[in-house]
Amino acid sequence: MESQNNNNNNQEKFRDPNLDKRTVISPDGQQIEVDPLQDYFEQARPQVHKPASKVIEKFLNWARAESLWVLGFGTGCGSIEIPPLTTPRFDAYRFGVAMRPTPRQSSVFIISGYLSVKTLKRAIRSYEQMQNPKYVIGLGSCTINGGMYWDSYNTINRLDYYMPVDNYVAGCMPRPEAILAAFESLKKRIKEGRADGANKYAEHFDWYKANQKKVIKDWNMPDYNW
Amino acid sequence: MSIIAKLLWVLLGLFIILNWGLLMGALIRKIVARVGKRVGIRWYQPWLSLPMLYSTRSSISHGVMYYLGPVFRLSGGVGIFLFMPLIVGSPYFDNFSFAGDVVVILYFQFFGMLGMALGAGEGGHPYSTIGISRGLAQFTTVEVPLTLAVISLAIQYDTLSIKEIAAAQQGGITNWTLFTNPLATAAALLSMLGIFRHAPFNLVQAPNEIPIGPPTEYHGTYLGVLRTNGAILHVIEAVLFMNLFFGGAGNWIELIIKTFFIYFFTVFIGVVFPRFRIEQSVVWFLKVPLVLGILAILFMAI
Amino acid sequence: MNTTIEETLTSLESRFELKDIKQQRGDLVFVTVKKEQLISLLTHMRDNENFTHFVMLSVVDWIEDGVFQLSYILNNPEKHVDIVFRCMIERENASMESAHHLWKQVATYQRELYEMYGIDFPGSPRVHESFILEGWDDIPPMRREFDTKKYSEDTYFPRPGRESKDPKEHMKNKLYPDADK
Repeated sequence: MESQNNNNNNQEKFRDPNLDKRTVISPDGQQIEVDPLQDYFEQARPQVHKPASKVIEKFLNWARAESLWVLGFGTGCGSIEIPPLTTPRFDAYRFGVAMRPTPRQSSVFIISGYLSVKTLKRAIRSYEQMQNPKYVIGLGSCTINGGMYWDSYNTINRLDYYMPVDNYVAGCMPRPEAILAAFESLKKRIKEGRADGANKYAEHFDWYKANQKKVIKDWNMPDYNW
Repeated sequence: MSIIAKLLWVLLGLFIILNWGLLMGALIRKIVARVGKRVGIRWYQPWLSLPMLYSTRSSISHGVMYYLGPVFRLSGGVGIFLFMPLIVGSPYFDNFSFAGDVVVILYFQFFGMLGMALGAGEGGHPYSTIGISRGLAQFTTVEVPLTLAVISLAIQYDTLSIKEIAAAQQGGITNWTLFTNPLATAAALLSMLGIFRHAPFNLVQAPNEIPIGPPTEYHGTYLGVLRTNGAILHVIEAVLFMNLFFGGAGNWIELIIKTFFIYFFTVFIGVVFPRFRIEQSVVWFLKVPLVLGILAILFMAI
Repeated sequence: MNTTIEETLTSLESRFELKDIKQQRGDLVFVTVKKEQLISLLTHMRDNENFTHFVMLSVVDWIEDGVFQLSYILNNPEKHVDIVFRCMIERENASMESAHHLWKQVATYQRELYEMYGIDFPGSPRVHESFILEGWDDIPPMRREFDTKKYSEDTYFPRPGRESKDPKEHMKNKLYPDADK
């Protein structure tokens, strides 16, 4: 109850006036009701999507595993380890890994290093915009237990409290070879049908949301934005 | 031939074209990768990506037009295919070619773009309309030299049927339009760079260049439809140029070789040259290719 | 204008109250000045002594003495000389006169100092808007009385099992458990 109160106080304190419900008057004198949170975002909760029948799902999982589309979102110092993957030396394309510019088209989200609270907010929004079979790779020890920022006032410690993580890569920072190995183990996981993070997120949605809201004090967006 | 049998042959042709398109896309990407000293994707990667895209469990929709955008684009690609004779003289693979099919095909080229414009205009991205207007502006200027070249061909061969134009070029390499009407060929080949949209003219669809709407909005099944269409469209556009300028194809092997090299021409240029901005490419298409097209008409008309 | 740094300091001493003048290098001098004289001193340095480039504004938290030490670093781009003006202000309800009218970029430093240390600069543009932290509701995190470890443990779900060992002791106990006996 107390934390609930606290949360409400915070929401009042960090209210963004641009997101308030209001009436604007168009150049023609027409009155328009504007509710940015409703107009820009959709508030529906995520759904659990049942997998297809066993044989078909096995084939689809194989296809998904062999074409991993990675969201180009670098969060920490690990983001500098991702670009070499596309260059001649490491060349992740030959393993079916491709970089995509938009969360909607991607299936793999690499959290590349420490996540400050500010970045966590963006990362959650990006994660929720990705479509259902989606996988998360946590890169570096910062995502596992906070790493060298374990006692920092501004970086999270455990990534799996905020979004379901399929693979962790230990190291500070892991080299691109380690990321390639992570892709291989993620492929194995997907093919076995164990990588079901999106459904897990939908099932335990309230728990994840409570954790996220505990950290992000100025929560000025809907609970689920796609 | 009954209409049922005809449809079956058309579907067979579509199947071959689709798979060749996917394979060609992968081969081209591999070649581009080798230019950059990379290994590149596996040759069967497109067949893996398509099921992955089509089997996305959830998807976002912004409304009916957003949904119909990729459908229009696909119908544009399949529409071109339906009116395109594939093999010269073959009764099985001339599809629904008729006397004025080249005009219909020029129309269908724009049809898909317009469908995408309507679809992406309804999308959630605030810059969709900017991306769309950039794409349409470039494609409009691309069409101008191509249309001029086609008019030149119509004067030369006195027909608007692709089948007859291709048939008129049979009997030796010197009968190709490439040698009988080099000006029209040059104009069309230059405009072809814009149709296939490789560099220097791929700013329209470069997804991470600028948030531009369609390529970033569509995902999952929508993107799968767009990719399927892309595979069909690339081959069928190459078949169009093959029929008009390079003597058509007497069999499938010839078609595959010729379309590969026609498409490879644009890729070769794309690997070598950097990108143009939209205003640069619009001006570029209205300079040399346009003049070449007008000269081609004048030479044929005189 | 062809004065050396020593001559500059001498001329300054006649006008302002300078303490603890410490010449670190030939081109770097630290001077402690009074809080009331700082802004006029900065104005004088910019307009008359050709120290036109404002390098940065930083702060040190002397919690034992109950003061913040503000350091204004100025640079003379012609003679390549840096001069650092230190200024002690009270920690309680820390407040300082704003210098954003002298250099525009000072406003950004002051915004950061307000967020990280809670030092107020009345009149500085957007000084109370959040700068790096979004939605911070505790005491400013860089003040030394803020226990960052405790805050992190309370907020960020620490993973259990983190313990560190002294390598020497650990290996000694592991390899030679009987050595002490």
